[in-house]
Amino acid sequence: MKKWIAGLCLALWAGVAGASAPTHSFTLDNGMKVIVREDHRAPVVTVMVWFKAGSIDEAPFETGLAHVLEHMMFKGTEHLGPGDFSRLVARYGGSDNAFTSYDYTAYYQQYEASRLPLALELEAERLGSLQIDDEEFHRELQVVLEERRMRTDDNPNALAWEKFQAIARPGTGYAHPVIGWRSLLAQLQPEQARSWYQRFYVPGNATLVIAGDVSREQVEPLVERFFSDLPAGETPPRPEQSVRPAAGERRLALTMPVKVPALYMLYNVPSLVTADNKQDFYALTMLAGVLDGGMSARIETDLVRGQKLVAGAGASYSGIQRGDGTFTLSAAPNPEVSLEEVEAALREQIVRLQTTLPDESEMARVRAGVLAGQVYEKDSVMGQAMELGTLSTLGLNLDLSETFADELARVTPEEVQRVAREWLVPERLAVAYVTPPAEQQQRSTLEATQ
Amino acid sequence: MKRLIKGALLPVLAVLLSACQSMGAFPTTEAQVAASEPQAPALDIQSWQTAEGARVLFVASDALPMLDVRLVMAAGSSRDNGVAGLSSLTSALLGEGAAGLNVDDISRGFEDHGAQFDVGSYRDMGVVELRTLSDPEFRDPVLTLFNQVIATPSFPQDALDRIRTQMMQGLRMEQQVPGPQVKKAYMATVFAGHPYGEPSDGTLATLPAITREQLVEFYNTYYAAGNTVIAMVGDVSREQAEQIAGQISQSLPEGGAAPPQSRAQALTERKHEHINFPSAQTHILLGNQATWRGNPDHVALYVGNMVLGGGGFASILTDEVRQKRGYVYGIGSGFSAMASGGPFQVSFKTANENADDALSLTLKLIDDFVESGPTETQLEEARTSILGSFALGTADNSDIIGQLGAIGFYDLPLDYLQWFNQQVQNVTTNDIREAFQRHLVPANLAIISIGPQAPEVKAVGDDLQAGEQGGVVDGEK
Repeated sequence: MKKWIAGLCLALWAGVAGASAPTHSFTLDNGMKVIVREDHRAPVVTVMVWFKAGSIDEAPFETGLAHVLEHMMFKGTEHLGPGDFSRLVARYGGSDNAFTSYDYTAYYQQYEASRLPLALELEAERLGSLQIDDEEFHRELQVVLEERRMRTDDNPNALAWEKFQAIARPGTGYAHPVIGWRSLLAQLQPEQARSWYQRFYVPGNATLVIAGDVSREQVEPLVERFFSDLPAGETPPRPEQSVRPAAGERRLALTMPVKVPALYMLYNVPSLVTADNKQDFYALTMLAGVLDGGMSARIETDLVRGQKLVAGAGASYSGIQRGDGTFTLSAAPNPEVSLEEVEAALREQIVRLQTTLPDESEMARVRAGVLAGQVYEKDSVMGQAMELGTLSTLGLNLDLSETFADELARVTPEEVQRVAREWLVPERLAVAYVTPPAEQQQRSTLEATQ
Repeated sequence: MKRLIKGALLPVLAVLLSACQSMGAFPTTEAQVAASEPQAPALDIQSWQTAEGARVLFVASDALPMLDVRLVMAAGSSRDNGVAGLSSLTSALLGEGAAGLNVDDISRGFEDHGAQFDVGSYRDMGVVELRTLSDPEFRDPVLTLFNQVIATPSFPQDALDRIRTQMMQGLRMEQQVPGPQVKKAYMATVFAGHPYGEPSDGTLATLPAITREQLVEFYNTYYAAGNTVIAMVGDVSREQAEQIAGQISQSLPEGGAAPPQSRAQALTERKHEHINFPSAQTHILLGNQATWRGNPDHVALYVGNMVLGGGGFASILTDEVRQKRGYVYGIGSGFSAMASGGPFQVSFKTANENADDALSLTLKLIDDFVESGPTETQLEEARTSILGSFALGTADNSDIIGQLGAIGFYDLPLDYLQWFNQQVQNVTTNDIREAFQRHLVPANLAIISIGPQAPEVKAVGDDLQAGEQGGVVDGEK
């Protein structure tokens, strides 16, 4: 009965893909990649610049540097003083920001379409002539320290997560926080930022993505005008990533000022980049959908509604990464339910995936969500630019989302079982218990029984 | 519609001149960009009333094979009537059961077809949302299910108990972090005695007492067709849209619009509230009741606020408090106009040792702005910015359905966005200064904070440039 859905969706999706505007890519002589996605629904444009430089490229003594440099990109250049960049963007009705992740740093500007030349000129300016002033650097470092206090230091769950990552992904560039360890962050020097900029911010290490109400004919001369004169420089080498051997089972007990305990479990699994067998990526995606693809998936049905063990829980597979992927489970228990009980229930879910084939109706539902999601994603120009930038930066095919549904449709129940058995194993697992201090625990038990 | 924009050309040139003076020839493209007229496409909104009294707003868009439906009711927490959390619980239980359907049937029914069903509850509004593929093979069964869910919600006792527990765990988790606590204290202080002052998601004391009967009654009263706006955007025809809206309207409980509520009164003297909390930052909220939907000064306040603290890096607060002194990661101000009131609010977080300085500086900046208003240049820059950003506000279906929901709910004219643009062009520095002085008395702004100790207001000299030359900021000491 359910099978027709997948077939229908596929046919429908093919229609949408056919109707969607084209994607162009080309490379400038200095090595900069350019991707243009035409979407003429509304007179808007998003301009993004992506750099293959993120937290995993940081040495242990300079954690947080990639992100601090991102902040400095809004400060001075040859022609712009501190704050001028964003003031110009705002003056012409745009919005701008940037984000740093483990794998990349990316900058964006969004405008009404006639502002495109300004957006490109501004990006070329800071790629070509950033100036890092000592005083400005130290002032901005204070802003970043405030950001860290806000995001991490004053949030016990964020702080616990940061500590958990250190054991969950040991010996990799993903083991330290993007924002940096506080004491090291506070000691960063302007010279380190300058050297980071010189090393990574070269055209050959960058992808320019332009999405929206534009055409290649209109964009190409503008891109040439502003970017082609930038010297090629030397593109920094990045080590090739492959699947890491299992690190062994790890457990962490954290006492934090929380009112509700938390459980984190993380399995080290392949990503689309590191997987020897790319089908593992699609099978793990399907597995995550069966477990937590919506209100009708297993975690909601069994743990939240059935056994009523948790107030909230989730499972997710992050498989689009430069290094290995992660399969993460997290849960906040209901009052009077122990973390041990929740862990046992989650492990039981993993065992079930390893021993019993998932139902075809569950897999069809995951496919339906993915197929419809691909239509919905096209509603956002920014979303399209994000996807293209991520794929290009990780060296993946730009048409991944077009082929994604077909690949997912090829995943069999047996393959879901195979990846569960191969990758969701104790020696690839890290677990953290986050609990309140003992005295507080007593109080909340009392409160719960009132 | 384009003719509205032409009037803006002169001011744009003025901005260009001032920009050239301060930055030389860079950016070389600025003249071209400043001279180009930003497109501001008008939404083709179709509107009608259903037989049961629901107001419908519809925009046809065949660019993507999808349909968004959003129901907006006057069913927010301002209707809780002393039972804090009632509206949130009612909303959260939609989709948990309907005649002949349990929660598993309902969630599978939507997800098998790739549809997304969601609910939300705010101070004024209860919101029910559906996103589906527009092909009838998907749309028809999804809409049939949607109508069942809203026509015969069963509010199962077991779901009530489960979701109540989840909400209470959520409230406990909020006590781990400073932000939500200070926001609640802020609303409670600024709107003391008004329904807006009550916490939308209830309290650990109120939630346990809420009964299934109360949910049923709340639903039948406030989710009535006559109290509902139906917004739709997507790939369906007018005829199909009428049919869909008609079915939704028939599915909802019968009944009319909820009566308007009395307008909140502004505080007439300064209130200080501080919550002791062992955080690394002190969070500070400043504000007072200042506006409402339908305030004739709405545009003047909006444009003025862009200059003061609503315009991100282009605004005075970000420039002075973040850029020049590094006190904060973010600072912003805003007026949020709701049906029966709306606060002016400034919020920021800063290292505890900077809290006094950041607070005192911020108050001084607000004082100065209310006294003097924006300069002509500041106004022109804000104007260019707002008019230039128009297209971004209606670029995708998600944006459009949000605009339709607000236009319908607050009973704004269908050409409201164009009207707004026109007003932005006409507003003067005088209008803005007078509007701020009419609606905002800086000395009466409440100061609500959370952190290890209460911040104190200190005298700040007139020389606001001091921080710029100060080099490394206080945090280093």
